[in-house]
Amino acid sequence: MTQTTQTETGHSLAMPDGMQGFVKDWSSDQRAFKNVPWGKAMMWIFLLSDTFIFSCFLLSYMTVRMSTTVPWPNPSEVFALSFGGDPIPLILIAIMTFILISSSGTMAMAVMFGYKRDRRKTAILMLVTALFGASFVGMQAFEWTKLIVDEGVRPWSNPMGAAQFGSIFFMITGFHGFHVSVGVIFLFAIARKVWRGDYDNETPGFFTSRKGSYESVEVMGLYWHFVDLVWVFIFAFFYLW
Amino acid sequence: MVDAAHDQVDFVPPAEVGEMELYHPKSWLTKYVFSQDAKVIAIQYSFTAIAIGMVALVLSWMMRLQLGFPETFSFIEAEDYYQFITMHGMIMVIYLLTALFLGGFGNYLIPLMVGARDMVFPYVNMLSYWIYLLAVLVLLASFFVPGGPTGAGWTLYPPQAILSGTPGSEGGILLMLISLALFIVGFTMGGLNYVVTVLQARTRGMTLMRLPLTIWGIFTATVLALLAFPALFVGAVMMTLDRMLGTSFFMPGIVQFGEQMQYGGGSPVLFQHLFWFFGHPEVYIVALPAFGIVSDLISVHARRHVFGYRLMVWAIVIIGALSFVVWAHHMYVSGMNPWFGFFFATTTLIIAVPTAIKVYNWVLTLWRGNIKLTLPMLFALGFIVTFVNGGITGLFLGNVVVDVPLSDTMFVVAHFHMVMGVAPILVVFGAIYHWYPKMTGRMLNVPMGQIHFWITFLGAYAIFLPLHYLGFLGVPRRYYEMTDTSFIPQSAETLNAFVTVIALIVGVAQLVFLFNIGWSMVKGKKSGPNPWRATSLEWQTATTPPGHGNFGPTLPVVYRWAYAFGLPGAKDDYVPQNMHPDQVAIGDTADLSGTAAQPAE
Repeated sequence: MTQTTQTETGHSLAMPDGMQGFVKDWSSDQRAFKNVPWGKAMMWIFLLSDTFIFSCFLLSYMTVRMSTTVPWPNPSEVFALSFGGDPIPLILIAIMTFILISSSGTMAMAVMFGYKRDRRKTAILMLVTALFGASFVGMQAFEWTKLIVDEGVRPWSNPMGAAQFGSIFFMITGFHGFHVSVGVIFLFAIARKVWRGDYDNETPGFFTSRKGSYESVEVMGLYWHFVDLVWVFIFAFFYLW
Repeated sequence: MVDAAHDQVDFVPPAEVGEMELYHPKSWLTKYVFSQDAKVIAIQYSFTAIAIGMVALVLSWMMRLQLGFPETFSFIEAEDYYQFITMHGMIMVIYLLTALFLGGFGNYLIPLMVGARDMVFPYVNMLSYWIYLLAVLVLLASFFVPGGPTGAGWTLYPPQAILSGTPGSEGGILLMLISLALFIVGFTMGGLNYVVTVLQARTRGMTLMRLPLTIWGIFTATVLALLAFPALFVGAVMMTLDRMLGTSFFMPGIVQFGEQMQYGGGSPVLFQHLFWFFGHPEVYIVALPAFGIVSDLISVHARRHVFGYRLMVWAIVIIGALSFVVWAHHMYVSGMNPWFGFFFATTTLIIAVPTAIKVYNWVLTLWRGNIKLTLPMLFALGFIVTFVNGGITGLFLGNVVVDVPLSDTMFVVAHFHMVMGVAPILVVFGAIYHWYPKMTGRMLNVPMGQIHFWITFLGAYAIFLPLHYLGFLGVPRRYYEMTDTSFIPQSAETLNAFVTVIALIVGVAQLVFLFNIGWSMVKGKKSGPNPWRATSLEWQTATTPPGHGNFGPTLPVVYRWAYAFGLPGAKDDYVPQNMHPDQVAIGDTADLSGTAAQPAE
């Protein structure tokens, strides 16, 4: 994916202290971030941009929740599931959150084994991550079905109170679920490449003719952790507020 | 050893960034159509942007015809007029200026000026263009759907944007929102490339503080765009849902034709916040590349180093940062807490400080320079004057108490056309006259360029100075016609007719420019590699136009900043960035591209 082969770092320049050093560091020769490959830098900047998207969504949610005069439904009741009689609040969401956070763990392990050039373990852990992600999306689909079919929630109306509850819920969780789905697809694709040994043999990409490299696994991991982190905020703002 | 740089370093560090693996096209299709070469992508971006810009130019003629000669043209109905306004504004701001500065100039200049072989991810860069083209086509399609394009005004304020009664509320508004979302997706792909290329793929010796100001402007503008477009994206998604699914994000309870609509409980002001959180940085997304490019044009054509380079860089960065905390000055009349008005007025006026620093530095660069009135210089001078004029009226509108009576009058129209219409467009022209020789190997025709400049420059003033006056008279903007409005004197109509005639002439003058581009490609004077005797890396390439991979077998090594003009003891009055210090005194430019001597340690 990238080819920032560190040829020689040379002798490091003496950096001035304080603000001057900060500026000097940033404006240094050739690369602002030393030893950061291109793909990783690009993913970080993309995630910054994506953070702004999710922040705008969440801020809009707060604004709309304050601007509507109709009462907001109580999430603990709406998102409760009954097992054998007693409704347990937020049980499904708790399981979903647990699964997604576990998937971050397997992803981190995949990145570690990627750097150890352990082709088998990397691929298996990425597949596990992808399956966790897919089951998260599946449970989300179940939750949506329950809301739409059983409770009668629609994007434009909601029998339990403010119409915006349904609209904002479907929009934000839908947008997040889309992110997870895209991540799952890429996890499968990269796991396949790892399994085939594309990154060990530096097989050139079909479209880009760039040499394959295990950095792709880490870049994928950055995205996956981000999607996970966003879920924590959605969880906090939507289900706990 | 003769040399002088603002940041003298005694050695060039060894290479940290390895050679880039380029995609080598095998067929005509992958070389010229689905090309991954940033230079080809740049030209594709530029042609698409200029083509859609011509549509917007014709739309502005239609508007002027209606304003200048009301009740004369039967083919312009009130609905048409609003559609013309909306599409003219949106196309000019986003699909022309943003795409041309970042997609066009960004793609062409960034790899060449920082000394890279291409953008860091050429395939993603190519996708960026094709998604942009798709966005343009979706936008154009809205002219042909039932009800026509949206007539909501370029700000697309809900609730009126999606209610029936506003032209284009059937399909036009949806296509507009979808097109904007596509544009943002496409732009993000390109923008990530521009930022990472500038940060991580520079050649040896090219520190950030040696970058030409053009790159600083484009780089900062791209960062702004990556952080500002998300707000527009979110607004577009939410409004699409309001229109398609009947959600009420932006829609309060509304009675239409005596019937209570389904909508209720939404916040129209929320959209305004989202829109302007994008919209104000957007002004600087267009202005900052113009600032950067004009600095380089002035320096090269006045044969003098940019005055206060560091301050110029910091001014660009500070303007970029401040542009995120001023957005609500577009909403003074929307109703807001007076303390917020106070805050946003203050931050708005603070932006005048770094902006004024830039203007002073341009003037001080010219001062005692060897000014050559070449075409790029003419446009650069035109920019400075126009930008000062437009900027000063911005101070009027930035103050709440002055803004309230002037809001929604022709004064606002005149202000933003001066500051973000005419001024950046003059830089676009100047930049094309400046870099056309590098893109084609031929000079643009000078007499045609002179005609183009003088008609455009004087015409722009003949159009927009009267509009300021009309605004003071209280002539509102976005009105289809103003017959029998008692507080507006008859003379306003005469003035409007005058403006219309000039606008038609200025529009036609742009055809001279387009003709010049085509004519010079075949018949223009051969330019050679460096006709302006400029110092930055794009002029030192092995071939003109630069070939695949930009530079020769090895990448250039940079020894100094891009403004080494008139060094004492140097053979020529300019020293290219990649000329080895030992060669400066003898002026040996023979082998600058690639095969230059190894760096002295």
